[in-house]
Order: sequence, then C-alpha cells, then structure tokens
Amino acid sequence: MTGEMIAFFLLALTAITGGVLLINLTNVVHMVVALIFTFIAIAGIYITLSAEFVAVVQVLIYSGAITIIMLFGIMLTRHQEKEKKAPRLKIILTGLTIGLFFLIMYGKIKDLNFGQQNVELHVENTKKIGVELYSHYVIPFELTSVLLLVALIGSIILAKRDDDEKEAKK
Amino acid sequence: MSAVPLPAYLMLALILFCIGLFGALTKRNAVIVLISIELMLNAVNINLVAFAKYSLNPGLTGQIFSLFTITVAAAEAAVGLAILIALYRNRKTVNVDEMDTMKR
Repeated sequence: MTGEMIAFFLLALTAITGGVLLINLTNVVHMVVALIFTFIAIAGIYITLSAEFVAVVQVLIYSGAITIIMLFGIMLTRHQEKEKKAPRLKIILTGLTIGLFFLIMYGKIKDLNFGQQNVELHVENTKKIGVELYSHYVIPFELTSVLLLVALIGSIILAKRDDDEKEAKK
Repeated sequence: MSAVPLPAYLMLALILFCIGLFGALTKRNAVIVLISIELMLNAVNINLVAFAKYSLNPGLTGQIFSLFTITVAAAEAAVGLAILIALYRNRKTVNVDEMDTMKR
C-alpha cells in the first residue's frame, strides 16, 4: 500500500460520496455544494495522474466558475425548496438500464492494462502544455477562442429581456 | 514502484459517469440536470488524463484534449443556463417535465 494508493482511494471515496449525495439530497443548493467536493476530488485525481495544469484548471473552472454560475441559476429561478422525487417506476427502470450499462463496461475495462512506461509527464508540465498548445494545437486553440466568444454573445442575447415585446404589451 | 493500475481510474470514471447519467435522467430541476451533465463530462476527462499516462504512447495529447473539453463544457453550461433563464421568464418553471411545448 503505497502513498499514491492511499491518496487515490481517499480522493475516489470523496468523489463518489459527492456523487451519491447529489442523487440523494433533496435541497437543490445542497446538491450543488455536494458536487463541489466531487470536483475538487477529481482535481486531486489529476494530480496523482501527473497532470498538474489540468488539476488547477479543474479547480478554477469547475469548482469555481461552473458551480457559482449554477448557484446563480438556482437563485434566479423560483423552485420548490424540496426537490420532488421522480416516479418510482421511472427510477427503477433508469437504474436497471444504467446498471446494465455499468456491468457491460465493467466487464470490458476490468482487465485493461497497457503496462507502464517510465514517462515524466509531471516535469515542467505547464511549460510543455504551453509549447504544445502554441505549436501543434494552435488552430484548435484559436477556434476555442471563437467558440467562447460565440457562447458569450449567444448567452447574453438569449438571457436578455426582449424590449420590443415589453413595449408591444404596453 | 507499484502505482495505481489503469482499471482503477477507469472504474472511478465509470462510476461517476453512471451517477451523472442517473441524475440527468431522473432529476426534475433543470439546473441539476445541467450539472449532472457536467459530472459526466468530468468522468470523461478522467479517462482522457488516465490514458495520457497509462497508454501505449504516453504523452501530453490527452491532457490537452481534456483542456479543450473543459472549455467546451464551460461554454455549454453558460448557453444552457441562458436558455434556462429565458425559458423561466416565459413559462415560470424550471422543471424538465413541464417543458413540453414541442411535444404538443
């Protein structure tokens, strides 16, 4: 039992606990807060996989930005304080289907092993990612900026109140 | 040096994906459905980063791809929430089973 194993099991336990709480809690805000634990635990998992830059991005984007934006979404819309459960039949049918999917995938991945090579992905991780992004992946990188601009303008236009409609009602 | 084997990471990703899928299919609040989808995308990212380290050709490609996935997921969350707010303004509901205008 090495330190890496212990860290992995603790992080995996935290992540799965957050997910299970998301399913079982009734208050909507509590669900989102439970998911923050999952996101931070996943960032820890990235560190054990020697992907430090992705881990930092995960903390910034997921447990920072996306969770806050979802909390805003909850608070800007009226909702029942207690989330009503779906019909029992639907839950059972969905659970059975997902269980089947889980078993099929588990059978496929349980013996998957490619052996281990000695690679030093964690040495100067951020620098290497930066060099790759600006040399080999420069076109996808620039396209991503266009995508973010489109998403920004699109979401502003979608969420903006329609002034013409309001004046027509008057 | 006995590191954590690859199937352990894949198992974790599979469990998180199944939880996210279950949440997305059974929850009624649309915000919770959106965040369950984020959880599924996160599970996929774990797979990408795990394969970047433990595959036949280890390298940075998986990590860079997961960065792109995170960007697209953030854009998706923003647009999804904007649609949700516009829908809430018109219909006064955020429950997915009451959003059935296109079914009638």
